[in-house]
Amino acid sequence: MTDPTLTAAADEQRPPFWRTGAAGWVRTNLFNTWYNAVLTVLILWGAVAVIPPMMDWLILNAVWGDVGPDACREAGAGACWSFIHEKYRLILFGLYPFDEQWRPLVGLVVFIALLGVTMRRQLWGRPLALAWAVGAPAILILMYGGVFGLTYVPNTNWGGLPLTLGLSVVGLVVAFPLGILLALGRRSEMPIVRSLSVVYIELIRGVPLITILFMASVLFPLFLPSGVTIDKLLRAQVGMILFAAAYLAEVVRGGLQAIPKGQYEAADSLGLGYWRKMRLIILPQALRISIPPLVNTFIGFFKDTTLVIIIGLFDLLNSAKTALTDRAWAGFYIEAYLFCAIIYFIFCYSMSRYSQNLEAKLETGHKRRR
Amino acid sequence: MSLSSLDKSPTEEAAPGKAIVQMVGVEKWFGDFHVLKDIDLVVDQGEKIVICGPSGSGKSTMIRCINALEEYQRGRIIVDGVPLTQNLKNIETVRSEVGMVFQQFNLFPHLTVLENLTLAPIWVRKVPKREAEETAMYFLQRVKIPEQAKKYPGQLSGGQQQRVAIARSLCMRPKVMLFDEPTSALDPEMIKEVLEVMIELAQDGMTMLVVTHEMGFARTVANRVIFMDEGRIVEQNAPEAFFNNPKSDRTKLFLSQILAH
Repeated sequence: MTDPTLTAAADEQRPPFWRTGAAGWVRTNLFNTWYNAVLTVLILWGAVAVIPPMMDWLILNAVWGDVGPDACREAGAGACWSFIHEKYRLILFGLYPFDEQWRPLVGLVVFIALLGVTMRRQLWGRPLALAWAVGAPAILILMYGGVFGLTYVPNTNWGGLPLTLGLSVVGLVVAFPLGILLALGRRSEMPIVRSLSVVYIELIRGVPLITILFMASVLFPLFLPSGVTIDKLLRAQVGMILFAAAYLAEVVRGGLQAIPKGQYEAADSLGLGYWRKMRLIILPQALRISIPPLVNTFIGFFKDTTLVIIIGLFDLLNSAKTALTDRAWAGFYIEAYLFCAIIYFIFCYSMSRYSQNLEAKLETGHKRRR
Repeated sequence: MSLSSLDKSPTEEAAPGKAIVQMVGVEKWFGDFHVLKDIDLVVDQGEKIVICGPSGSGKSTMIRCINALEEYQRGRIIVDGVPLTQNLKNIETVRSEVGMVFQQFNLFPHLTVLENLTLAPIWVRKVPKREAEETAMYFLQRVKIPEQAKKYPGQLSGGQQQRVAIARSLCMRPKVMLFDEPTSALDPEMIKEVLEVMIELAQDGMTMLVVTHEMGFARTVANRVIFMDEGRIVEQNAPEAFFNNPKSDRTKLFLSQILAH
């Protein structure tokens, strides 16, 4: 080790200083070519131009707390967060009676907690099933009331975040297995099953969600015998399930097609039979590789729930619009939409992160063989 | 055609309890392409048959008919007394009695080696999990890789994967084993370890139909070598006679090509 020629040689083998450390990183990533250098400078200039004024508006000059709309209308005032302060309960819970809003709040917390626990696969089992079996009816009782001294709140008064979350989660939970069945149906060797699946998927996919919701709300009751009514919320939910199932079916079908033929043949040659083959061999692999497009569909569906405005239900976004109709607070729509955007983002980003996590967990180390 | 197959059947079914696979006048088309032409083949219990022939000669298709991975349009196939028809129940019965090893291994990548081996016994044979795992470990020892039980297939070499695939079939206690070019996707040094396992299996008395170009294997274990070309069984004989004294010109040409290197 003390041999001077050796240390000299080691020195020579070290990369030159401008290739390492922070300087090296800047050089290789930001200024490695002339056009990259120009881009870097432009973007820096843009950031300097945009970020400080944005911060001023968002935070420094913003109007906070319990002050009236007049404070927000003063010259130089930034974002009017006191509008959110004033209206957040309307935005979050819609037309649910003001004094009873602790009920949807508790329901929401329980629901999100249950979802959070369900996300951990190692906790799946009988206790969790029991928790849902108790939790889900409890949430409904809280929301509806009419028993235990809770006043009755018809679901036409439900709104805001509980409605958005409920419609999308229940919708996806029901639509997902339906979508899997449709995907299997479309790849079935039985011609009738196959044609029915194809017709269903193409028909539903070829129509906007608004149309389906509209039909569910206006057209469907016309076919019912007079006197029979089906709950408006339920109709919307069914419409959304039918819609989501068609989309999910195509995503799942994509995954099914990516599974090599040899997997089907190996399962067949062991005598597994169709359903066991699908459940134990094909679907676990197909769904795993479908996670990115599935989550894409989930997120899209979550945001699409806002279209229930067409049949007069007030989800998160529509409650925010309602809040804006207050004359005294007219005009603060940027704040209202930003507030909703943040809430939507939290849920969508959580889904995205969770799916990445799930993908990593289900990875069995190496690439599948063709 | 159907008449001639009817004529043959009584004599060929005359040895009851001995024949485990019977193919009588089997014909198959892929669309207009006639892949199998008048295949008559009787495999006795414990017999080892090696099937060779140029690619596209129908040899894989023929053995795939035996566990109904391929349908056939004419003739009859009876496996262990169960006729292979459109009847799904018969098909599943036959499949659970017939093991199959593929060229591409086709292990289930989302399951561990042990789970690959126990899946079918647990779900098809209704064997208790504990017992299925014991059986699985026994066969993993037989194919000399018990230490890989907890790994996923993607973490194993090709030769190891193929041995797991053989063990997976054996866990179902099959009466017949079909091998569809089991060493064609392997590097030379791995071919040897797989062939060794297959030779041991043969010595234990397993009934085997093997599509392969490993002529050394054919000489060592085969009772009969079958040569197929253009969908027909051109020639079949004991290995000595087959290799030293081929009758048809087509067989001679094929053997000269395959034994040249």
